[in-house]
Amino acid sequence: MAKETVKKAGAAGNTNKAVVFIKENMGIIAAFLVLSVFLSVFPATSGSFLTAKNIFNVLRQISTNMLLACGMTMVIILGGIDLSVGSIIALSGVLAAGCVSRYGLPIIAALIVGVLVGLVIGVFNGFVISTTTIPPFIVTLATMNIARGLAKVYTGGSPVRVVTKEWQFIGAGYVGFVPVPVIIMIIVLIITALIMNKTKMGRHIYAVGGNPQAAVFSGIKVSRVKFFVHAFSGVMAGMAGIILASRMYSGQPTAGEGAEMDAIAAVVVGGTSMAGGSGKIGGTIIGALIIGILNNGLNLMNVNSFWQDVVKGVVILLAVFIDYVKNSKSKA
Amino acid sequence: MLKMKHIHKRFPGVYALNDVSYELRAGEVHALLGENGAGKSTLIKVLGGIYSADEGEIYIDGKKVEINGVKDAQNNGIAIIHQELVLVPHMTVAENIFLGREQGQGILIDHRKMTEEAQRLLDAHEMNIKADALIKDLTIAQQQMVEIVKAISYNSRILVMDEPTSSISDKEVAFLFKTMRGLTAKGVGIVYISHKMSELEEICDRVTIMRDGQYVGTEVVKETTKDDLIAMMVGRELTNYYTRDYLEPGEIVLKCENISDGKMVKNAGFEIHKGEIVGFAGLVGAGRSETMKCIFGLTKGSQGDVYVKRNKVNISNPVDAIKHGLALVPEDRKLEGLYKVQSVRFNSTIEILERFIRGVSVDDRKEIEITQKYIDMMATKTPTQEQMIGNLSGGNQQKVMISRWLATNPDILILDEPTRGVDVGAKSEIYAIMNQLVKEGMAIIMISSELPEIINMSDRIYVMSEGRVTGCLDHDEATQESIMQLAAN
Repeated sequence: MAKETVKKAGAAGNTNKAVVFIKENMGIIAAFLVLSVFLSVFPATSGSFLTAKNIFNVLRQISTNMLLACGMTMVIILGGIDLSVGSIIALSGVLAAGCVSRYGLPIIAALIVGVLVGLVIGVFNGFVISTTTIPPFIVTLATMNIARGLAKVYTGGSPVRVVTKEWQFIGAGYVGFVPVPVIIMIIVLIITALIMNKTKMGRHIYAVGGNPQAAVFSGIKVSRVKFFVHAFSGVMAGMAGIILASRMYSGQPTAGEGAEMDAIAAVVVGGTSMAGGSGKIGGTIIGALIIGILNNGLNLMNVNSFWQDVVKGVVILLAVFIDYVKNSKSKA
Repeated sequence: MLKMKHIHKRFPGVYALNDVSYELRAGEVHALLGENGAGKSTLIKVLGGIYSADEGEIYIDGKKVEINGVKDAQNNGIAIIHQELVLVPHMTVAENIFLGREQGQGILIDHRKMTEEAQRLLDAHEMNIKADALIKDLTIAQQQMVEIVKAISYNSRILVMDEPTSSISDKEVAFLFKTMRGLTAKGVGIVYISHKMSELEEICDRVTIMRDGQYVGTEVVKETTKDDLIAMMVGRELTNYYTRDYLEPGEIVLKCENISDGKMVKNAGFEIHKGEIVGFAGLVGAGRSETMKCIFGLTKGSQGDVYVKRNKVNISNPVDAIKHGLALVPEDRKLEGLYKVQSVRFNSTIEILERFIRGVSVDDRKEIEITQKYIDMMATKTPTQEQMIGNLSGGNQQKVMISRWLATNPDILILDEPTRGVDVGAKSEIYAIMNQLVKEGMAIIMISSELPEIINMSDRIYVMSEGRVTGCLDHDEATQESIMQLAAN
């Protein structure tokens, strides 16, 4: 079925897009395949890696990072950065959990509150960044601290436990045999891909990131684009916060510490340039998968978690280095 | 003094220099002429030690030298002034001149001594620049002067100037030429790269022409004609460099009165007829681009009345301007126009997304069709529509920029320096397209600092000076002198 659509669209040049994408991302796709094949045949992991249970497990583990990375891809293509997402996870998580456990509100209300927390902080980021020339790095560094601080103030530093059983559905539940976070992740990925590739807003994001001044001449409402992207990133973080709080039965003020860095890593490994103006959500997906599988594989191999960080760092460096070599070649 | 013999340089897929030779005598200005992509820049980079040649020899004062790096070039007295100036904006003039060889003792810098020394050098060349001024506060022309002084301070005897006049006014050009003559009188040899033919006669002694990476010939400027040089450059006779059929202009399509922005533009007013090319001449800083920016809704707080086809309109942003049938191809392609890392197609269609994007569905076929239509119309040379626009030559980039705005189907097309950094062949093609467009009923406003271009292409010429329109000349009464008189008004 999928093949047929590709073939049909071929006349309009769609196959080209797929071929071009594979060509441009040869490095990370190869890395992804090598990693997967290695884990499938390596004696210590071959028994456990390629099982349906483990694969869904990996997907569930990367789901929150993938949500953040969706927003982060847009932010970075825009030429900015969003450091506040990790803290939004905590604030959205504790407030949503608080709604249920402290105020006895229905779960749906808690979900709305969680997403709203993300939206509000994202909108604030977007407002400041689009109306002033303060660098996004500074603005989101500030909101990162504010959100983290508020989460600690609200909880007094200890987790907000939720005992309601239905609470776990979002983070730990299943529909059939598919974990709920994975379903959410797939829906969000589809929406993100549509926005970036199929809408005017998507084009405008690339344009503003590529050359903000030219975008002004083009009549693109630059501040609206910045506003939208940061709000989107905030909402993604709000949703990730709910998923995490649900999976851990509690809203934790320390949740999502350093999560912004993992999201940035996924985006950068996926080939999006920090300079802005170029990048693809497809790359980010592969980037997040590589990081997720790496973590999973190292766990299966019983590698010490301190060493896992080292390996992750090396992989990021390697991925960016491949990109660098490829780019310097194509320039000459 | 300098001889480059049989230089070869290959890049993957490109034979950038194929057996090129060049020689420079002490005290002469020797122009290097060729279209974009002819290999001028590559040759200069070989001389400056940025690239090393695959084959060939370089002699200085009859001695064979090896240039394997920028330091080698400096040691051999070669200095290059690049088209894009490479000064540090937040440092002073003196600090820039002595960058990398700061004066002082040990690790301490003697600022006073450096400033005094720099000031002495500046004064010696009658440059009205303070050594303790910050680079970012200087004009482009002044920055160029600083570059020249910096080069001289290295005791350079071979000076390479890459399009030094591309972004400075005529008055500043005159001063630059005076400085150059002062240098040649002291025995400095100058390699001069420029697209402007008129400058060759004024400042250059000899000219070497390159085409497609090959050496075409060397001529004494006084013994040759402009047409001969152009023919050598493009490898064919350009029978009609400027294409223009003057027609009876139609009704007024745009009328502007009392345009002001509070700074550069002061009560500018003019009117444009259908089927007309109207030139805007003036010195750099006369407020021409700024006037157009006001009309296009790019300047906040600008004032004045704009009438499109007799109706008063209110344009507060570019979206309004586009709606009223205006299009503006900006002056600085890199800064204000190109989405450099994106494809030719992306760059062509960014203004007209609503024609093929509905909600979340993109009609790829339609987008490809539109892009192709303009590639064909403009004869843009690009391998594919997916080609990154940053990889095209300046002329082809400009063609895509014009395509982008033509795609909006404007009634009034504003071209700000449409041929800056564009090679001769592409220039001529752009002129022909402009002629065709006005024949079809468009009105074109062309801002240009190249007087021959303005004189040969315009129906009428408005001249601006210090934010005011100081006069309007018909094309048959316009001469370089009459325009300059109004421009200096």
